[in-house]
Amino acid sequence: MSRKVYIARSPRIAARKLGEETLVMAAQGSTLFTLNPTATILWQAADGVTALDDIVERHICSEFEVEPEQAMRDAEALAQELAGHGILLISEQPIPAVKNSPVQEQYR
Amino acid sequence: MPGVAPQLDRYSTVIAIGAVAIRLNTTDSGFLEILQQRYEGYVSDEAQAEFEFDVDLLPSPFLSPDVDLSVTRRSGRWVLDRGDFRAEFEPARRYGRIQQTANPYSIDAVMRIVHTLVLAKQGGFLLHSASAIRNGKAFLFAGVSGAGKTTISRLAPPDATLLTDEISYVGKRENDYVAFGTPFTGELAKIGKNTSAPVAALYLLAQGAENRIAPVNAADAGRGLLANMLFFAEDQELVHWAFKAACDFVDRVPVYRLTFVPDARVWELIT
Repeated sequence: MSRKVYIARSPRIAARKLGEETLVMAAQGSTLFTLNPTATILWQAADGVTALDDIVERHICSEFEVEPEQAMRDAEALAQELAGHGILLISEQPIPAVKNSPVQEQYR
Repeated sequence: MPGVAPQLDRYSTVIAIGAVAIRLNTTDSGFLEILQQRYEGYVSDEAQAEFEFDVDLLPSPFLSPDVDLSVTRRSGRWVLDRGDFRAEFEPARRYGRIQQTANPYSIDAVMRIVHTLVLAKQGGFLLHSASAIRNGKAFLFAGVSGAGKTTISRLAPPDATLLTDEISYVGKRENDYVAFGTPFTGELAKIGKNTSAPVAALYLLAQGAENRIAPVNAADAGRGLLANMLFFAEDQELVHWAFKAACDFVDRVPVYRLTFVPDARVWELIT
């Protein structure tokens, strides 16, 4: 990926890390998603101001034995999938902080 | 002279389920009897109720009975629509109005929804589960239809007090959870005893070849609980509160997978 990409959690979800996984519930349709431990790391780092490649380098490559290129491809694929479900925002610009519900704030 | 003769034009009863008392008003004495029979054991002598509903009886349903349930919020007012009833509920005014025919099933649905809405912000919920008290502790047995809620209720030993075989009422009290009896019945058609106890465990039911209890990890516990929670509205704030209630619950209450064969020995595991 040549251009920077930024990711942020949607304000229209509720999320909680339970054990090593994270449950995410979308307000729309009350759909429930489960993120595995690796996806949880990505999710927690999705602050809208840290670029995805930096997140991968700092939080994935440093923790797991994985090729950086492969880790980046996997992260991009996951980000696109979560964005497709409307629970993650993706932008080529930093994403300004959006006001979350009082409930979500507690779990950031 | 018409309109001068004194007459009783409104009947009222208070139905207290869990920690929430709801006054139902009707102009039909026959419907009052229906209510008092339907909610036997839950009719309160208290004059005070947290919420009040006027029930307007219609001669026939105004929509097709097949119309799906819709629960929406507009300007602080909940609107509940199904083929057999229409209701509005304003929590801030603690008042609502129900239009339905004179049957206990429609008002039962409204009661469940209203309790769900009221409980959500308090950290409680209604759950598709049987529940019973044994040795002063409440146990919840959750599962979809066919998972064994009725079976495990039917197998309960004499020293167990059945709270419900279908819909459990879980309230939050400071950092603990309390299960209350409910009049919401399943196949057993037996109204639960109107009592309560602290929740000791939630069992996610599965029928199998042997009786076995196994712990479930936190995420599975959360998923299992959310899958069985009664949840009616696609409302962002309500989704958040219900989700928070479920996550807080599994943080504090042990959750297990209970596999059982349909005989009474399963209750040897529930102590």
